[in-house]
Amino acid sequence: MGVLQVELVSADRLVWSGEASMIIARTSEGDVGILPGHAPMLSVMVDGVVDVTTTDGETWIAAVDAGFLSVADDRVSVLAEHAEMAHDINLEKARADLDRAHAAGENDDESQAAVAAAWADARIRAVERAN
Amino acid sequence: MALSVREYRARIKSTQSMKKITRAMELIAASRIIKAQQRAQAAAPYSRELTRAVSAVATFSNVDHALVTEPIDSDHVSVLVVTSDRGLAGAYSSSVIKEGERLIEKLKAEGKSVTIYTSGRKAAAYFKFRNRAVKQSWAGFSDQPTYDDAREIASTLIEAFTADQEADSTDEVHIVYTRFRSMLVQEPVAVRLLPLEVVEGTEAPEPGDVLPLYEFEPSAHDVLDALLPKYVTSRIFTALLQAAASELAARQKAMKSATDNAEELIKKYTRIANQARQAGITQEISEIVGGVNALADANAGSE
Repeated sequence: MGVLQVELVSADRLVWSGEASMIIARTSEGDVGILPGHAPMLSVMVDGVVDVTTTDGETWIAAVDAGFLSVADDRVSVLAEHAEMAHDINLEKARADLDRAHAAGENDDESQAAVAAAWADARIRAVERAN
Repeated sequence: MALSVREYRARIKSTQSMKKITRAMELIAASRIIKAQQRAQAAAPYSRELTRAVSAVATFSNVDHALVTEPIDSDHVSVLVVTSDRGLAGAYSSSVIKEGERLIEKLKAEGKSVTIYTSGRKAAAYFKFRNRAVKQSWAGFSDQPTYDDAREIASTLIEAFTADQEADSTDEVHIVYTRFRSMLVQEPVAVRLLPLEVVEGTEAPEPGDVLPLYEFEPSAHDVLDALLPKYVTSRIFTALLQAAASELAARQKAMKSATDNAEELIKKYTRIANQARQAGITQEISEIVGGVNALADANAGSE
């Protein structure tokens, strides 16, 4: 069985790259798991958690916001405007962001607040999953 | 000799302190430019993968999208001019504004009405001083733009492009920015951003490099719908990063020549001051000698 070449890329940097045996990501249609030999695919991701199992059996968790997942020839690219590895996430800040987004959602700017809330929520879930 | 030695000394001193300032600015620009280049490099994987994905969708599906459709007649055109926030960068801002003016003139000559957007305080100030209407301007991030800045600009431009009302809508969006070629060469360029020309990627797929037959989830159209705005944002972000690197390179160059000029001035003033001092000494000596001679003559006469 082959391995997956994974690149987790955010708009301003390469967050993680390496070899993996499995990836789980959340697309707009639901969670999708990718193993080596997967058919080429291009799909839309929503805010959520990406779960990467490396070839050494380690698990990396990252939070991503809306982006793309492309699979071709065992090369997986996860593209997101923002992406953070679970161990880099500041949980307290994420919680505060979530509260602030909820508070802002009650006043006005609903779409913006929803985006901020989804991103904060994704980060909190990533940290919780990692622990 | 117009000035006294003391006045030259004062001039040397002020030139020296000016030189210290320009030297410091040169060093700051030099260290920031490395960071700016690193940022541009760090952003490259994202735009490369995005370009790949967009060309995959464009190649394997026959979908029309508002952002790629060529307008039938483009009467309203928007131009985004990217300049710096601060000056002291040589001709950086003025050359990109000049390029923008050339584009605006050209579009106007074709009978189109032009809406101006600006990024950076210099462009905003330029158009404001000339009483020219600017639809919207952004500022405060010219030397280290973030992705969120680019997204804000992109969403405004895309909104204008896709607007239904005849009054606010625009049929084409152009962006004028400075492309960073090397530390020595930065050139202002004008490119059309919308409607998109997808083929024109940074790295076109090679002829032998066949793109895989993708499955699209949920559908090709939905993927394209989500992909294209991100593609636009990414291209604006790339332009902003290039402009930031160019600005810093231009500033470093300008400050380097300012420092060199200050050095020249100090040298020149030191020479003149020395000359003045020597002239003063010579004059004093000849006065003393003259005085002694006059005394001796007077004494010789009285004896």
